[in-house]
Amino acid sequence: MKLILEKRPERSKKMALLSPILAIGLTVLFGAIIFAARGLNPLTALYVFFIEPVTTIWSIEELIVKAAPLILIGVGLAVSFEAKVWNIGAEGQLIMGALAGSMIPIFFTGWQSPLTLVAMLVLGMIGGALFGAIPAFLKTRFNANEILTSLMLVYVAGYLGDWLVRGPWRDPNGYNFPKSVSFEGWQLLPTIGEGRVHIGALLAVIAALALAFMMSKTLKGFEIKIMGNAPRAGMFAGFSPKKTVWFAMLLSGALAGLAGISEVAGPSGQLQPVISPGYGFTAIIVAFLGRLNPIGVIFAGVLLAISYLGGESAQMTLGISARIGQVFQGMLLFFILACDTLILYRVKLLSSTKPATGG
Amino acid sequence: MKIKLTAIAAAAVMAALSATSIQAAAKTKACWVYVGSVGDFGWTYEHNEGRKNAQKHFGDKVETKFVENVAEGADAERAIERFARSGCDIIFATSFGYMDPVMKVAKKFPKVKFEHATGYKTAKNVTTYNAKFHEGRFVAGKIAAKVSKSGVAGYIVSFPIPEVIAGINAFMLGAQSVNPDFKVKIVWVNSWFDPGKEADAAKVLVSQGADILLQHTDSAAPMQIAEQKGIHAIGQASDQSKFGPKAQLTAIVDNWTPYYIRRIQAVIDGTWKTQSSWDGMKEGTVSMAPFKNMPDDVAKMAADTVAGIKDGSIHPFTGPITKQDGTVVGEKGKPLDDGAILGMKWYVKGIDDKLSK
Repeated sequence: MKLILEKRPERSKKMALLSPILAIGLTVLFGAIIFAARGLNPLTALYVFFIEPVTTIWSIEELIVKAAPLILIGVGLAVSFEAKVWNIGAEGQLIMGALAGSMIPIFFTGWQSPLTLVAMLVLGMIGGALFGAIPAFLKTRFNANEILTSLMLVYVAGYLGDWLVRGPWRDPNGYNFPKSVSFEGWQLLPTIGEGRVHIGALLAVIAALALAFMMSKTLKGFEIKIMGNAPRAGMFAGFSPKKTVWFAMLLSGALAGLAGISEVAGPSGQLQPVISPGYGFTAIIVAFLGRLNPIGVIFAGVLLAISYLGGESAQMTLGISARIGQVFQGMLLFFILACDTLILYRVKLLSSTKPATGG
Repeated sequence: MKIKLTAIAAAAVMAALSATSIQAAAKTKACWVYVGSVGDFGWTYEHNEGRKNAQKHFGDKVETKFVENVAEGADAERAIERFARSGCDIIFATSFGYMDPVMKVAKKFPKVKFEHATGYKTAKNVTTYNAKFHEGRFVAGKIAAKVSKSGVAGYIVSFPIPEVIAGINAFMLGAQSVNPDFKVKIVWVNSWFDPGKEADAAKVLVSQGADILLQHTDSAAPMQIAEQKGIHAIGQASDQSKFGPKAQLTAIVDNWTPYYIRRIQAVIDGTWKTQSSWDGMKEGTVSMAPFKNMPDDVAKMAADTVAGIKDGSIHPFTGPITKQDGTVVGEKGKPLDDGAILGMKWYVKGIDDKLSK
């Protein structure tokens, strides 16, 4: 006997939308089993993991701080993935955006005006976009696989940032510790409310709304969808596959760069060797969980942010390993991919009574 | 019916939670934020041992909590603030990179006591604490110069901060006091904990002729390489002899237990005050693992040096000291003052490496 996947004749729209909810349900269920296996009361543990992070104003604010970069990167990736351009290197584009934007406070430390912040954000977007342009160029010119090139460039960006913070861009009065000068005044994103929520969160929502509009109401959105799903048809319609690659990489790169400079000019307040705990990679889960729909990405971003904070509070309150948050993220991605697969395909059992034909 | 069940479940959860928080209120709560994993068998491991010992010492009077693998950066502030909000009376932040986050959170929570390891900023409710690891380095240098056949030691280091530089210098001064021609080769791995990089650095140093390895990073990887290559090594932060039973000469062991017990007691007694604590061998914060895999006379010399440091007759940085650039610091027979060591930005003569400006 063997199992095969057979394509379903009909694609159920309803199930496609239900898939993430199903995946979340399964993650919670298996999460409860894991907690129970660790000898914890699963109800208490799930409460600590999923509910506690949203019980006080402060923790909701922290949730927004955490979700903002995920959404900002996630919406860019959603558009890129819709065009079947697989930008896996958002983490690198984030770092380059952070570095490019940080040049202003590091080299023009005294410049204080609202324009300072605008210049930082614009430079951040340019830095991310330019770094996204490298895989775009390699793809369109040499047909190099963008999954590989963008992923490998993450390490280049990481080491460049590391070197700059430890070397030339180090705070001269910082006792050789690897950090830049602390950003001040207009070099920091204005905050909203009492806590650390900054206008980066606002930018994330604006980006999501703008891209949702673009994807559903404009020709560009149509072009991206058609080039992703039926490139031949798109070419007959006069769309250029190369232009689509460029557009997707530059857009997702710029948004990742914006997320990078928002982290540095927001909660961090200075350049440090580690700028992001892997937001660029987590945003891949966010994009898929959000059904590659910019509005869906907002919800997905919040959910993944909860998994970060929940992992932390599970550790602090229940004393279980910090890795539990990552386990939840992994389960979530696994279940969403599994649900998607089973919605498009059905499992068929081939009986082995017939003579085997190899395999 | 369904709604009722959920309501009952929610009520049960709330009741369970409030019960635990009432219990906690009577105890003193001490909380630790770790940069690495408690299983690193180095820096974080020793802090966690200190926490466990403090817990044992106080028993029911104190509740301890910790969070591990907290990245230095935007996440650190949240982790620290969450502890402050959850009712911790004293928070130990055990990595340098937590300095600015600690200062920010401390401002918001004036009643909570903060203890920051290895930093240099203090406030009314922020204390710094560190240990004179360079005392151990000095002893290690003396041993290395005696045991080494090639006269070259390999030193794997993290970041060029004063604490690390003082350690390199103390090791070199110790070695030079035995063998004036002793050489130290240095590889920067730019990480506190990266077993892969540390192992690579160790291999490079061995291929360059080093037959003693030591490190100012947190994993046991260099010790394992030394064991494989049949050379010797000095353990870091904790006794690493199980990773190199034949390789480990000794180890510079951090013992935070007495400090943690003292500070938590001060919180209970209401006598906690801000300070900058810098303890060494005399106080027991720095100690040496058993001297092994070396001739008896070398072990005796090492033990005598430890005794000398404890009673104050030996100080690693006793003047005059010739710097790498040829200038001389310190008066004859007098130790450098603490400030000069805590802010050290220069190498002593004979070190084969350049500090970036």
